[in-house]
Amino acid sequence: MDFDRIKEKLSILADAAKYDVSCSSSGSKRKNTNKGLGDSSGMGICHSYTEDGRCVSLLKILLTNHCIFDCAYCVTRKSNDIKRAAFKVQEVVDLTISFYRRNYIEGLFLSSGIFKDADTTMERLIQVAKKLREEENFNGYIHLKSIPGASDELMREAGLYADRLSVNIEIPTKSGLKLLAPDKNHEDFMKPMKKVKNEIIQYKQESRIIKSTPKYAPAGQSTQMIVGATGESDRDIMYTSNFFYKNYQMRRVYYSGYVPVANDPRLPALGTQVPVLRENRLYQTDWLMRFYGFDVREILNNDYPHLDMEIDPKLSWALRNREHFPVNINRADKSMLLRIPGVGLKSVNKILQARKFRKLNWEHLKKIGIALNRAQYFITCDSRIWEKNDYSSDRLKQIIIQNSASKFRKDTGQLSLFS
Amino acid sequence: MNGFILKYDGSFEGLLCCVFEAYHQKLQILDIQPLDRAADQLFAESLEVNTDVQKASRVLKALQKKTSSQGLLRIKWTFLSELPGMEIQLFRAIRYIFASEKPVDADYSEDSILYLAQTIKKVGREKHRMEAFVRFRLTHDGIYFALIEPDFNVLPIISRHFTSRYADQEWIIYDLKRGFGLHYDKNSTQFIQLDLPENVGISGAPSEYFANEEIAFQELWQAYFNNVNIKSRVNTRLHLQHVPRRYWKYLTEKSSFA
Repeated sequence: MDFDRIKEKLSILADAAKYDVSCSSSGSKRKNTNKGLGDSSGMGICHSYTEDGRCVSLLKILLTNHCIFDCAYCVTRKSNDIKRAAFKVQEVVDLTISFYRRNYIEGLFLSSGIFKDADTTMERLIQVAKKLREEENFNGYIHLKSIPGASDELMREAGLYADRLSVNIEIPTKSGLKLLAPDKNHEDFMKPMKKVKNEIIQYKQESRIIKSTPKYAPAGQSTQMIVGATGESDRDIMYTSNFFYKNYQMRRVYYSGYVPVANDPRLPALGTQVPVLRENRLYQTDWLMRFYGFDVREILNNDYPHLDMEIDPKLSWALRNREHFPVNINRADKSMLLRIPGVGLKSVNKILQARKFRKLNWEHLKKIGIALNRAQYFITCDSRIWEKNDYSSDRLKQIIIQNSASKFRKDTGQLSLFS
Repeated sequence: MNGFILKYDGSFEGLLCCVFEAYHQKLQILDIQPLDRAADQLFAESLEVNTDVQKASRVLKALQKKTSSQGLLRIKWTFLSELPGMEIQLFRAIRYIFASEKPVDADYSEDSILYLAQTIKKVGREKHRMEAFVRFRLTHDGIYFALIEPDFNVLPIISRHFTSRYADQEWIIYDLKRGFGLHYDKNSTQFIQLDLPENVGISGAPSEYFANEEIAFQELWQAYFNNVNIKSRVNTRLHLQHVPRRYWKYLTEKSSFA
């Protein structure tokens, strides 16, 4: 191995892949068989974290950053004057295996610039995965990027080796896509997604009848959207996301605050701050949809097209729907407990368990770990004392903000004039 | 009558024997301490409990009848926390489990049960971290070798994870703090004790011990780690929350090679 050359390529092609948000390595069912290498049957493991705080679980690289497209939001775009490089198939295989054996990673996330055409690129990605599975007996996690426009035949093959497939739709609205990626076609994104969805369904049905049916993309599909590049509303983003969850059985949709990478009049200027808080609120909304039983229209609609940046979306919903509160902790059903601000999934389960033994009071709730600074105004429990909650919603919001130490609240750093 | 402070040999079986004696002799228990950490108290009588495997297994069997396998796991993990004071909490939890008609694994309104739940969360977090933060280095003999120093004694509970994952390579994970390790020889996994030379280091690749290319892979990993960072999003607080400083010296990507 020529380590110097590999190091140079690795630096270029890891750098170019870092804007892909997904680093999940969970949700697959690939057990170590015949004393091979690796296992991805459990939950994923983040082996490290970057200085920006994101998980490093997979060797996430591009096969090459040569690209025939010129999408404005992408560092790898053809018109960008950067160093180009390309890995050989065997080089990626060797890197993955030697990193995995040292317990640096859970597996491989392989994406690529589109260097000749969609099919040639897709085929090369598949070759890497196939070698890993068949020659190296590798059972670690493999995430392959589906190349927009790749043929159905290749998408079928990809799913036989990969745990997860994804197409980044990048721009949440069709009009935004037309503006920033004029060479790309909305349909090209949807086609491989649809194929993979149908194959997943078919393989699942077959495996019910024939046990030996091979696994097809056992960890499903995911996609990613760039946030804040084209002026779309939070409602646009979450409705698109909802569409993918409902119609494509997407496992995850990722939201990626736009990091300015180009001087382009169609885009926010270089140096514009990354909208990390907005991104965080979108993920919270995503969680409410997937795990807390909220319909997206309850949170975002024509009256409320944007999420409140000051408070989380669950609290925001509760303040707009005061008639549902206060909730009695000792009697309410699970779906209502899940709607109390400051009470998470785990706390709900603890409450349900613990109240079988006795009625819960403030002391119990505090110990269980619910965020009383928010929850206290929305609940009653086994206590005579209860928090005054006849404030107006606006007033209540202010009180809660004052009493919470949000990690996002900026310290003003202002000194009092008379101190 | 004054209560007793029980002293035991520090083993799990030893602790179970304390439970046995407490019931057998109807003792009022104030505290349970391992012999090497025990402190004499003025107003309590202390009693040394000998470890007897048969007594321990009787307590264990009784527990199995009263609690789920999950509940038993909680007791074992709490023990592995090695936290001062965990013995008396375990004793109270076990007494509560024995005294209750129905299963009480999830009665978080009882202090000792909540203590167990909170402790296994800490132990579980470190178990998970050790599954993530172990960094193997390849030796001349073809053994993948790693050193760790976890806060809690998690080596016994990460054994299965590494055995099923690295089934085709020989490896050793050694706990420097507690002086024992795990060795997998491609057939089975055993506890071992080693005399380690000082200069084996926690990262880097001294040529006396490690394969020629080992250092090159460590450098590749560092290069990768440095290139996936997005500078305009740096969030040191979050970074430290995920990768506490005390683990840095064991992480190839964070250490300057010794």
